[in-house]
Amino acid sequence: MIQKELCKIISQKELALDIYELTIKGEFVSQISAPGQFVHIRVSNGWDPLLRRPISISSYTKEQKSLTMIYRKDGKGTSMLSQLRPGMELDILGPLGNGFPIDEVSIGETALLVGGGIGVPPLYELSNQLIKKGVKVIHVLGFQTEAAVFYEEQFKNNGETYVTTVDGSYGKKGFVTDVMKDLQFDCIYTCGPTPMLRAIEQGYSDKKVFLSLEERMGCGVGACFACVCKRKDDPNGASYKKVCSDGPVFRAGEVLI
Amino acid sequence: MSRLTIELPGLNLKNPIMPASGCFGFGREYSQFYDLSELGAIMIKATTVEPRFGNPTPRVAETSAGMLNAIGLQNPGLVKVMEEELPWLSRYDVPIIANVAGSLEEDYVDVARKISKAANVHALELNISCPNVKTGGIAFGTIPEIAKQLTRKVKEVSEVPVYVKLSPNVTNIVEMARAVEAGGADGLTMINTLVGMRLDLKTGNPILANRTGGLSGPAIKPVAIRMIYEVSQAVSIPIIGIGGIESAADVIEFFYAGASAVAVGTANFVDPFVCPTIIQELPELLEKLGFEHISECTGRSWNKNGQLTYHRA
Repeated sequence: MIQKELCKIISQKELALDIYELTIKGEFVSQISAPGQFVHIRVSNGWDPLLRRPISISSYTKEQKSLTMIYRKDGKGTSMLSQLRPGMELDILGPLGNGFPIDEVSIGETALLVGGGIGVPPLYELSNQLIKKGVKVIHVLGFQTEAAVFYEEQFKNNGETYVTTVDGSYGKKGFVTDVMKDLQFDCIYTCGPTPMLRAIEQGYSDKKVFLSLEERMGCGVGACFACVCKRKDDPNGASYKKVCSDGPVFRAGEVLI
Repeated sequence: MSRLTIELPGLNLKNPIMPASGCFGFGREYSQFYDLSELGAIMIKATTVEPRFGNPTPRVAETSAGMLNAIGLQNPGLVKVMEEELPWLSRYDVPIIANVAGSLEEDYVDVARKISKAANVHALELNISCPNVKTGGIAFGTIPEIAKQLTRKVKEVSEVPVYVKLSPNVTNIVEMARAVEAGGADGLTMINTLVGMRLDLKTGNPILANRTGGLSGPAIKPVAIRMIYEVSQAVSIPIIGIGGIESAADVIEFFYAGASAVAVGTANFVDPFVCPTIIQELPELLEKLGFEHISECTGRSWNKNGQLTYHRA
């Protein structure tokens, strides 16, 4: 069930260039059903910005009712969010959307988790839950440059981890797809920029692939029709999926990206 | 006795608060948060004859104290609304105001004729003011004579009272209001969004795929107040006020301007509980201001001599 709650900020720190890790405590954490869900945050009590910010959940513990999210300081809203300090309260609507299905991969199989930039965070909880289940995980994390890299150690603790940077300043120079082609795995979970998702969907049509999409949102709960995308089986028709409430995670081939 | 009951053509409202069309879908999403029967009414998403996908994304952009949207009347079409959405809503004790849209006059007439037969549809809201579709919509909402004719045609076939949703994107809103009143409108809903635009800092391109969009939110409240103030003095049909409402105090201000009920739009996105919160807070505010009933507030800004008669329950 979706709740609206004033949550206390436990910690906030800058992990990499303009990348922040924010941990809060909230009753609604008990309602999270899968990694890959997101929360909708009101960063200001005023009117600027007016709308909430959708931010993915990067990890959570139900026992402690704590939740961590990692976001990039990019515009006005996330800049204001980055100013908040421990002890302050944050108006959160969540959990929202449908996350990654972990039951789509079996014990002993290998899952490839592919993240691009600020698409990396939701894969962390997914990775934690997959290894707990007994699934082998391999991570491929793509960033623009060395200064933007985060969570490499955390992912390494869970399994094999490859980092790429577009400018070659860290890890392998190039894109995540350059690394992926040499790896053996049974299914793919991915989150990141649309061109990356498209390349993965097209390049691995023989594999089970789950993609987490991003889109500008209004309400976050499916009412405003801001974040719709077309269904792949009806590219010119009126049928659609809403990224916020039908996604953000979709099976490859479900929607047109 | 409740201080909030309001009677308007076709609408016996337990309170004058309703979610605005396009901001509430067909109610399903917000039914997760509260009992929809608490609402005075629900203005459902615009319905056209055929299913529509609407505009490409991005469909929303923010601005100070507001947002731009260009959804493009996405809806599942008349048949699905009649067979699935309206029956689903009938589980709630709440009158539905069906927003009717189209490209051609006959589209509006077709939707109005059929949707007005649904048991829980108590009134129509004629959408002649959507700024985000290329044909129909706003074309009907900017030329008085065309608006009047369309209102008349829809009135001929509708089995329930017809409210016309006015666009603020006109030079003379009073002229538009008088025209649709002459066409037989039973009431007005106003205002729809104001056409606006935002450009991306890096590319210089419009943020919205549709280039322009409709501005809503607190930013447009003073425009709505001014227009309702002018129109309510010029017509004798009731007005459902819309435009940036997010608190009980805003509701009172709209009533002072001349509204007899209000619809809440963008604020639902910020706080899904905004409508029940306002409903809960209104009686106390009325008490504080010295009103026995909310209808006493209507037109207070210009009507110092007594109450209007058309909506008192």
